[in-house]
Amino acid sequence: MSAARACKAVLRRDLLLGLRHRAELANPLVFYVIVASLFPFAVGSDTPTLAIIGPSVIWVCALLAATLSLDRIFHADFDDGTLEQLILARQPLVLLVGAKTLAHWLLCGVPLVPAALALAVLYQLPATALWPMLSTLLLGTPVFSLTGTALAALTVGLSGSGVLLALLILPLYIPVLIFSVAAVGNAMNGLSIAGELYFLSALLVLALTVMPFAAAAALRIRLG
Amino acid sequence: MLERLYKYAAPHQFFALSRALTPWFGGAAAALLAVGLAGALWFAPPDYQQGESVRIIYVHVPAAWMSLFVYVVLAAAGITGLVWNVKVADALARASAPLGASFTLLALATGSLWGKPMWGTWWVWDARLTSELILLFLYLGYIALQGAIEDTRMAARAGAVLAAIGLVNIPIIHYSVEWWSTLHQGPTITRFDAPAIHASMLVPLLIMALGFKAFYAATALVRMRCELLESECNSAWVTELGSGGK
Amino acid sequence: MNSLREFLHMGGYWLYVWGAYGLTAVVLLWNAVAPMLRERSLLQDVAARAAAGRIQ
Repeated sequence: MSAARACKAVLRRDLLLGLRHRAELANPLVFYVIVASLFPFAVGSDTPTLAIIGPSVIWVCALLAATLSLDRIFHADFDDGTLEQLILARQPLVLLVGAKTLAHWLLCGVPLVPAALALAVLYQLPATALWPMLSTLLLGTPVFSLTGTALAALTVGLSGSGVLLALLILPLYIPVLIFSVAAVGNAMNGLSIAGELYFLSALLVLALTVMPFAAAAALRIRLG
Repeated sequence: MLERLYKYAAPHQFFALSRALTPWFGGAAAALLAVGLAGALWFAPPDYQQGESVRIIYVHVPAAWMSLFVYVVLAAAGITGLVWNVKVADALARASAPLGASFTLLALATGSLWGKPMWGTWWVWDARLTSELILLFLYLGYIALQGAIEDTRMAARAGAVLAAIGLVNIPIIHYSVEWWSTLHQGPTITRFDAPAIHASMLVPLLIMALGFKAFYAATALVRMRCELLESECNSAWVTELGSGGK
Repeated sequence: MNSLREFLHMGGYWLYVWGAYGLTAVVLLWNAVAPMLRERSLLQDVAARAAAGRIQ
């Protein structure tokens, strides 16, 4: 089987499996919305304050929701032995892992975008904040999935891997958080957001070139 | 030269060499730190603005330098162990983690002790302190991963991948944090006045920095021997060591 | 005597300066002593196991 067909098969399988467990997919999203709506109860319903902290809250909660969904990338495959089959496959592991990352982004990353927009409405963010929110999330969530795949591969099969994974990954999300929230803030002040979007794109390209290799190496180590 | 290096990459050879080297590094560390301490606390002049509190930089700056240096050593050793299968390099990576975390913690705590009289507060979200905090998180992540994987060999290899990812991310984190802190307009005194440093301050600072390096070398060697004794406990040379043979 | 008191006083910053140096001393000493103790106990373990092996 050619590498491209193998990747397509992995992608199709992961998407199908994901869509058959819709409740599992929905949980991080529900968590996202619930946690983000806790803040008004703590801070108060004062509209200007909410508009100031809104972008930060929406982004930080997106990080947490993305982190929650990472465990599922390899967990089931590790338990039923599929992961070993992937490593033994003749096709390059980097590409197969890339397909799994893509599936994870489509299933867990993309749904964060409409949820974030809904939260932006709840926080009464001005319309000028919506486009930067959308674009930064579309650039940032694939970085989460790529970095998350590598670290999920490192911690696959460890007891208590969920919290460990969060410990390892949250510091690495800081640059994405800084540039994304800055972009939204700039837009709300009527400034250009091109610089931030370039930075986020550069981070995405870097993650694309580095992380699949790190993930493949990590899987070989953990299952070798 | 390379052959000799190769020879000492064997755990039992390294063990003997490291036992011979440790007292030298330990002695050098003690001497340098003693001289540096005298220079830092007594001979160096007080700063005209910061007064005597400037003396904190003689431990803060070396600790901050070491925190980054040790992470680079950790990552380089980890990758060496991963690619060329060198057990001694794995031991160096694992031995460096607690030391690096200690230096990072020291840099943070002494920076905070300097900040209280200077800024009037224990903590400021200044670019350097914030980067140092994130570096501490990276060390803690590495240590947590080592604790979670039972097999030391696999733990070292997995740690190498994590450290490599961290190493790629450190400059990105550093510059994004710097950019973020200028965006949010930090306090006016954001750093120690490094460029205008006078020789009477620079000399003790460099002596302290060398002392910290020698200290790291000495303690890392002891820790590496512990790592090797644990991971190699069933090999012939360890058994021989136990029965009194060298 | 007077200069010693001045030295310890550190121009009013004694708490911060001596705090920083004291903390550094504690952390460095702990980092020096803990691995040495660990190595000693590991070597004792190895010796005990070797002795047990000889008896067998």
